[in-house]
Amino acid sequence: MIEFELNGEAVSSDSPPDTPLLWVIRDELGLKGTKFGCGIAMCGACTVHIDGTATRSCITLIANVAGRVVTTIEGLATDTGKALQAAWIDEQVPQCGYCQSGQIMQADSLLQKHPNPSDEQIVTAMNGNLCRCMAYTRIRKAIKTAAGGKGARS
Amino acid sequence: MKIPAEKMRATLSRRTFLAGSAGAGLIMSVGVVLPGCSREEAVSEIAMDAASRAFAPTVWFEINADGAILINIAKAEMGQHVGTALARIIADELGADWNDIRLKHVDSDPRWGYMVTGGSWSVFTTFAMLSQAGAAGRIVLRDAGALLLDANPDDCTVERSRVTANGHEVSFAEIVQKGDISRTFTDEELAALPLKPASERRFIGRETQALDIPAKTSGEAVYGIDVELPGMVYAHPLIPPTRYGSSINSIDDTAAQDIPGYLQTLELADPSNQLQGWAVVIAENYPSAMKAAKTIQVDWTPGPTAKVNEADILDEGARLAADKTSGVLVVDDGDVAQAHAGAAKTHNAIYRTGTALHFTLEPANAVVEFIDGQCHIHSGNQWQSLILPVLAKSFGMEETDIIIHQYYLGGGFGRRLWGDQIIPAALAARALGKPVKIVFQRPDDSRFDCVRSASVQQFDASFDGEGKLTGIEHAAAAGWPTLSMAPGFLVDGVDGNGKFDAFSISGADHWYTLPNHRVRAINNDLAQRTFLPGWLRSVGPGWIGWGVESFMDELAGLAAEDPIEFRLARLDAAGKNAGKSPESVGGAARLAGVLKEVRERSGWGRELPEGEGMGVAICHGQERTMPTWIASVAHVAVDPETRKVTVKKIWQSIDCGTVVHPDGALAQAEGAILWGVSLALHEGATFKDGQVSQRNLDTYTPLRMADVPELDIRFMQSTEFPTGLGEPPLISVPPAIGNAIYAASGIRARDLPIRL
Repeated sequence: MIEFELNGEAVSSDSPPDTPLLWVIRDELGLKGTKFGCGIAMCGACTVHIDGTATRSCITLIANVAGRVVTTIEGLATDTGKALQAAWIDEQVPQCGYCQSGQIMQADSLLQKHPNPSDEQIVTAMNGNLCRCMAYTRIRKAIKTAAGGKGARS
Repeated sequence: MKIPAEKMRATLSRRTFLAGSAGAGLIMSVGVVLPGCSREEAVSEIAMDAASRAFAPTVWFEINADGAILINIAKAEMGQHVGTALARIIADELGADWNDIRLKHVDSDPRWGYMVTGGSWSVFTTFAMLSQAGAAGRIVLRDAGALLLDANPDDCTVERSRVTANGHEVSFAEIVQKGDISRTFTDEELAALPLKPASERRFIGRETQALDIPAKTSGEAVYGIDVELPGMVYAHPLIPPTRYGSSINSIDDTAAQDIPGYLQTLELADPSNQLQGWAVVIAENYPSAMKAAKTIQVDWTPGPTAKVNEADILDEGARLAADKTSGVLVVDDGDVAQAHAGAAKTHNAIYRTGTALHFTLEPANAVVEFIDGQCHIHSGNQWQSLILPVLAKSFGMEETDIIIHQYYLGGGFGRRLWGDQIIPAALAARALGKPVKIVFQRPDDSRFDCVRSASVQQFDASFDGEGKLTGIEHAAAAGWPTLSMAPGFLVDGVDGNGKFDAFSISGADHWYTLPNHRVRAINNDLAQRTFLPGWLRSVGPGWIGWGVESFMDELAGLAAEDPIEFRLARLDAAGKNAGKSPESVGGAARLAGVLKEVRERSGWGRELPEGEGMGVAICHGQERTMPTWIASVAHVAVDPETRKVTVKKIWQSIDCGTVVHPDGALAQAEGAILWGVSLALHEGATFKDGQVSQRNLDTYTPLRMADVPELDIRFMQSTEFPTGLGEPPLISVPPAIGNAIYAASGIRARDLPIRL
């Protein structure tokens, strides 16, 4: 049995240790906000925080999260996270919405590190997150809005 | 071109609008009153909340006793915020308070009529009907409210879910609780209802926030892949080496037996023949299914296309396009042969596009359960009315016993116009006697995709002695989606020489006036046999436009004319290009209008640094009968050493008539334009040994944030009839980029994706 913290609660899984965290979160623990996209860590739809850092859950084995802190979109409670979700609505970012949990988790990790990111820092942080609807300009804008609405330091 | 959209256009013809109080609410519906059932009886059936299948009214919206207005949405939500747009149309005419509006995405049911979400048709095909339904509701509420207020109906105003007269008001909620609201309207009465002039609209054309967006930022939005049923098991596909004709010789699952959770592997026999040589791995959970699938050895005898490569498909297309006897005539204006024979100069070119994937981020999936003689399917779908007969054949059931429950779609783009991924889940569910959830891993999703076919277009132009363009012959060969999936929608050629797929030639029947013009649509049979061709966002015009507008640029160059002036000279709105009411009022003049607007705004013709250039292209959207007038200018830089193309900026001018939901429209344009950039420069697949060889993001590479150009999009102010928008902004982008590359570098790109 592997034990870890999920959105502030202690949880455990009986799945084999080589099971990807994504499926434990979705199917065993029932939180569906984290999505399956490519399975090879290249789309970002499955992004969660592990000890506060954006991580691709589709290739993270649950053996590697034992004793660690996992946060999903459902548990996102940071000030920056709340600001991002509000900005996502203000800027009307999502289209189909399937990638957006991952985008927001990735963006929150960025704002934790760079509270007022430059365009370049946004692109560097977000380039691994595919938006198939290609709402990229709004994602970039919403990150700036969430960061304080003052635009980037450039 | 006669377009199939006519078939699907939902109208009020032969129907009656019914308003009835049901329980503690008001139901506004449209129903065909069947023989033996009077209108009064139909209303009374609504009043008893007993709408039977025999009567089956289409309930467009209902108002309950607390004033909530529930609007049923029969269109798929896949990113276009369609429910918000359709609800705005009803709410405006109804005189509703927008805060009272609730949406419900309905399951498949015959009462909804023809269910399809595609072709950028949703607003275009329902605008008139929803406006009338809203207006009828307003009249019912006004008249019932007038009685409660003891006022003359003509003295009442209906706004913000209230009826007001002489300083007194009554809310919709109170009217529903107390008023007499049983009414019917005939077609004639409906048609005579006064609709608001554009100047009095409160919602259409005004900004709002899309109702689906909050759930899509909190993780609460439910997609098909999120559905679970009690007692279900998981299925993982084992996809055969060819789309058609493969058969299984043996399956060895010895190694899988040791994997905890693995249950069995099922070979599937599909009476509808959509699945040929298929098996599915069954497990208690999905990770076990994935793990087991890796270890299971299937010995297939592949079908006859097991050695087909991309080049074979393109070569066959080129052969067909060059053969003047091939295909079906779609346009035959003037006498192209004579123009060619008498030409002082001719010019020809071949334009090609490669295979493209849908790559919806939510991979193919379905949950299927059989209960009490019915089949319940949980899966996001765009064209329920198309797949239901196929499912009925596959399951040996009546269509009416099959229900597709709708969810948010994690991307549609045409992939979910088909629903073949439902079949393996259903066949397994029946074999096992329990609910089955199938999920495709990405490489399997790509292999099973109904891809956009590779295509070849040949253009032959002729000029007279004065250098004036006298004619164009245009042939386009590709796999035809409609031939495989919806053959009833093929249309007759103008020469009576067979049928063609209008969706695979639309765009060739453009709005330029040419003295001699001939278009041939050709089915590439090798493509058709090798894979299932699909409708990909912007469909035919998405690749036809690449050829048409790049070739126009070549012709402008040969005529030594400015590419915009060359186009404007042929957008004279004469003859068949004059347009007609309501959908194409103004005709080609509106196309000229957007072209002039984008010329002005982009600073066309200004000096640019070495290695940079601007290119232009136009389009009329998805089809002549629903034209969305668009012009694009792209500004690119081409690195002289590496030939790397950087798209710096795209300007686009759009005239789609009335814009219902402006910010939603802008979002669609932004996404579609970037799809155009992506298909032009970033994504592309190739067939190898009968299968798509790029199956995941390590080799299939859609546009990412780093390569997003600046966008400058303008919608023309218009109160004309609204046309489509989800796809059209894509069409002119690849040729604008190609033409800009030529201006920047002198290199004429004729293949898509562009690889200099």
